[in-house]
Amino acid sequence: MPSLKDLKNRIESVKSTRKITKAMQMVAAAKLRRAQEAAEAGRPYAERFNAVLGGLAASVGTGDNAPRLLAGTGSDQTHLLVVMTSERGLAGGFNSNIVKLAKQHIERLRGEGKTVKVLTVGKKGREQLRREYGDTLIGHVDLSEVKRIGYDTAQGIARDLLSRFDTGEFDVATLFFARFGSVISQVPTAQQIIPAVYETAAEEDAGADTTLYDYEPSEEGILADLLPRGVATQIFSALLENAASEQGARMSAMDNATRNAGEMIDKLTIQYNRSRQAVITNELIEIISGAEAL
Amino acid sequence: MADTMQFDLVSPERRVASFAASEVLIPGTDGNLTAMPQHSPVITTLRPGVLRVVGEQETREFVVTGGFAEVTADSVSVLAERALPASEVTREHLDQWIEEANTTLAQAREHDLGAESVDSAAKLLADMVAMGTEIGLSDTARAPAP
Repeated sequence: MPSLKDLKNRIESVKSTRKITKAMQMVAAAKLRRAQEAAEAGRPYAERFNAVLGGLAASVGTGDNAPRLLAGTGSDQTHLLVVMTSERGLAGGFNSNIVKLAKQHIERLRGEGKTVKVLTVGKKGREQLRREYGDTLIGHVDLSEVKRIGYDTAQGIARDLLSRFDTGEFDVATLFFARFGSVISQVPTAQQIIPAVYETAAEEDAGADTTLYDYEPSEEGILADLLPRGVATQIFSALLENAASEQGARMSAMDNATRNAGEMIDKLTIQYNRSRQAVITNELIEIISGAEAL
Repeated sequence: MADTMQFDLVSPERRVASFAASEVLIPGTDGNLTAMPQHSPVITTLRPGVLRVVGEQETREFVVTGGFAEVTADSVSVLAERALPASEVTREHLDQWIEEANTTLAQAREHDLGAESVDSAAKLLADMVAMGTEIGLSDTARAPAP
């Protein structure tokens, strides 16, 4: 049975924990709003870009002279997994879920006899993957110094990826990140970016969208110019989605923590009051029996 | 016949501008082109340069680098990696961009990526400098070495 003082101390400590989690929740809520705005602001560009690229890709096709970024290297032996996680923890299952998905892919690819390489973006994913798959890590992008995710952040990653692709370090690249559904749902997603996969929306509404474009300089020229930018665009949208997901996950995790702390405080307070009452009753009994003895 | 068309300028981070325009001068890779309503559909890549948009009330200028423009009969959409109103571009911006172009060129030369990459990097640099001149931030000292 803990003493009254112990109980009091525990209540105080849980109270200060609750204050911290409450504050983190509110900070996450504010950051989430900003991250969501950024993700929404970035959407028109990504959508138009992918629509145009998809149209171009469909018309050029994956013939022999198609760009390698679109048609691939002709093999799928070496896979590069780009695992995007956050720089900070305390975001519930956010990082673990992404890493879990990545691990499943690593195991499956290894089972098929493929070579797997991993590039991590964000510290948390690196820490989790290093234990088991330390030998597959080929690089790491540190975002702890980045205050606001800008397009140049994505460009930097894209440039790194493209130069590795050019030197033949990998054949297929896949992004791992959490797609933002809502505050309570972030879906870990794997998205292949090299060779590029574009949803051929053009085929579906081919009847409606019959605009035939002239291309300057040429379809191939534009494609060669746009494909590397397309990689950056996809990385950028993934980064934005991930940032929003991270804050959403942290917000709900902290909300839970705050609630749990509240429940714990209630429980401890009851225990404290009971012990105090027991002490009082004891004292009374002692006094009364002392008086009776006289 | 409509005498204006919908003009959109979008950068990866936000929608920079969206209004009705009667004339858009696009700095295409193969040279400038002016799109007016009922222009035949064209998609062109951009070189760094100044995008001049004649709207109903005013003419606005934007500095764009990298990306493409999609022209249809009733709309012009420009997707640029960087897009800023020309009046907001400062000496620092330009210096930074020219610096970047210089680095690209140096890297292309150093790693011997072939004449094509060196040429395109040199062109990028020249375009950047030309763009600076066009918006009145010229700097001859930074002109690319021959």
